[in-house]
Amino acid sequence: MDLSIFLIQVLNSVQYGLTLFLVASGLTLIFGIMGVINLAHGSFYMLGAYAAYTLTSLTGNLFLAIAPGVALAIVFGYVLEWIFVSFLYERSHLQQVLLTYGLILVFEDLRSLAVGDDVHGVAVPAALSASIPLGSTMTYPVYNLCISAACLVVAALLFVLLRHTRLGMMIRAGASNREMVRSLGIDVGMLFRIVFALGVALAAFAGMVAAPASSVYPGMGNQVLILCFVVVVIGGIGSVTGALVAALLIGFVDTFGKVFLPDYSGALVYLLMAVVLVWRPAGLFRETTA
Amino acid sequence: MTGVRRALPWLALTLLVALPGFAGKFYIDLFAKIMIMAVFAMSLDLLVGFTGLVSLGHAAFFGLAGYTLVLSAPDKYTAASLWTSLPLAVAASTLLALAIGALALRTRGVYFIMVTLAFSQLVYFVFHDTKLGGGSDGAYIYARPKAQLGPWTPIDLGDGTQFYYVVLAILVVAFAFLRVLLASRFGHALSGIRSNEQRMRALGFDTYAYKLAAFAIAGALAGVAGYFAAIQFGFVNPEMLSWHESANVLLMVILGGSGTAFGAIVGAFAFILLEDAFSLATRHWLLLMGGFVIAAVMLLPGGLASAGERWRHRATASSDG
Repeated sequence: MDLSIFLIQVLNSVQYGLTLFLVASGLTLIFGIMGVINLAHGSFYMLGAYAAYTLTSLTGNLFLAIAPGVALAIVFGYVLEWIFVSFLYERSHLQQVLLTYGLILVFEDLRSLAVGDDVHGVAVPAALSASIPLGSTMTYPVYNLCISAACLVVAALLFVLLRHTRLGMMIRAGASNREMVRSLGIDVGMLFRIVFALGVALAAFAGMVAAPASSVYPGMGNQVLILCFVVVVIGGIGSVTGALVAALLIGFVDTFGKVFLPDYSGALVYLLMAVVLVWRPAGLFRETTA
Repeated sequence: MTGVRRALPWLALTLLVALPGFAGKFYIDLFAKIMIMAVFAMSLDLLVGFTGLVSLGHAAFFGLAGYTLVLSAPDKYTAASLWTSLPLAVAASTLLALAIGALALRTRGVYFIMVTLAFSQLVYFVFHDTKLGGGSDGAYIYARPKAQLGPWTPIDLGDGTQFYYVVLAILVVAFAFLRVLLASRFGHALSGIRSNEQRMRALGFDTYAYKLAAFAIAGALAGVAGYFAAIQFGFVNPEMLSWHESANVLLMVILGGSGTAFGAIVGAFAFILLEDAFSLATRHWLLLMGGFVIAAVMLLPGGLASAGERWRHRATASSDG
């Protein structure tokens, strides 16, 4: 394999892994803190991508789409938690699975009603549409580098939020011992609502920035959802660091798998998960509380 | 009241036996499909309702059996033999269930749900991405399996009515099998695990082995359902293994009320009839289905069966007062 091709695959892996991380980090926080298995999380990625498509065609520019898109996602997440998800805290995992599966069906159909079932492209903003030459014949689109950069910035902000703010402290405390947080007099309902809205916003943001590179298509959310499950299983529930490591790992395995074993690349990621399960059933970074 | 309840399965059975006598081909096919799905739902109920294991990857065993039928035929125009392809299909599903179960049962709760989902997705990708079973298009089954025993052919699966009765017989046998299994020491151990696994382990039960056995039996039974589903549909494709299929069968179990083998049958009937009614009513039937599922979880946590129970409860309460 020649060096420039190798470099391109590395860049692709990182971009894929970081996008996955943004979606999975919300999922792992929602599991870890609220104890809710949210199948509809992939739908937020899908809705983000479709929001990018719709808002870009309205405003003419992806940049102008992202800010209102994220604001919408936060409001959407907040309301959704309030109406449906808050209902699930005292319910079994089984009922959580069913209700959030019902939400997927509703979201997919509303998407179909609103924009149809066609595959759409989203224009790359003109300022970022250039390509960087790599080696003598290959080029790499600037926009894809920007996706990685944007995801890195958001990931860094997320870590700062979690490590160095009061809210982050409450979230981390909630992830390791929910009952204790409740008994310390923290408004757990509010905390849950914020975490859920944060998760929705992260997933929708990932969908929006990835839209020009991946195009926008029905079912895109489910694909991401299942990979995010793998990320969470490998990284350990509730661990954002684990999600980062696992997402990058999957990015590399999937991207290089497509190069070396194209027929089996879809399965490789799951084999990786099987290996981790045998080795460490609770994931690589599970913070043990008991 | 208990008399009515005890008579209900027999009444249902009588109706099902008599159905081909008065219903047209459309209904015979529809009910055969429902009964196949009922077997599938019962197999999942063994895990969800009786052992307390929520699996979101059950379609893997269902679909694999269908694919095994396709792969066991010499070519796509020549029928496979029922006597070799059915055991082969069930064996394949059982082995897959043992493999997936062995890994997935190392985890519990939310992890278990995600891991079963992910492994079924692995099987999905194997059939979706490779040429093994026709890739993403799947494969057609032009000739239904032959049930030939030497010179004698006892059943013709190509005949709609005979196929219907074979499926009905399988449903009855599967139902009886589950009842016997659950009444056995093994079944009691499973319900012990469901209510308190820690205690069962303290009592000296190897709970992992029990759960794995339940997982394998459920996989085998799902395989039986998948085999006959493939015959009835006349084709297999990766959708048969997809997690939507797994979620749908989970819905059937819950709709009927988990933890009662009969509930799974009721759930399969309700789900497929609803699906048909919604898809006839509008192209956007998923919206109705999704809304229905959400409402069912929020309003009827115990399933449709519990709605009757509750109603009866209220009726007796008001007649007392």
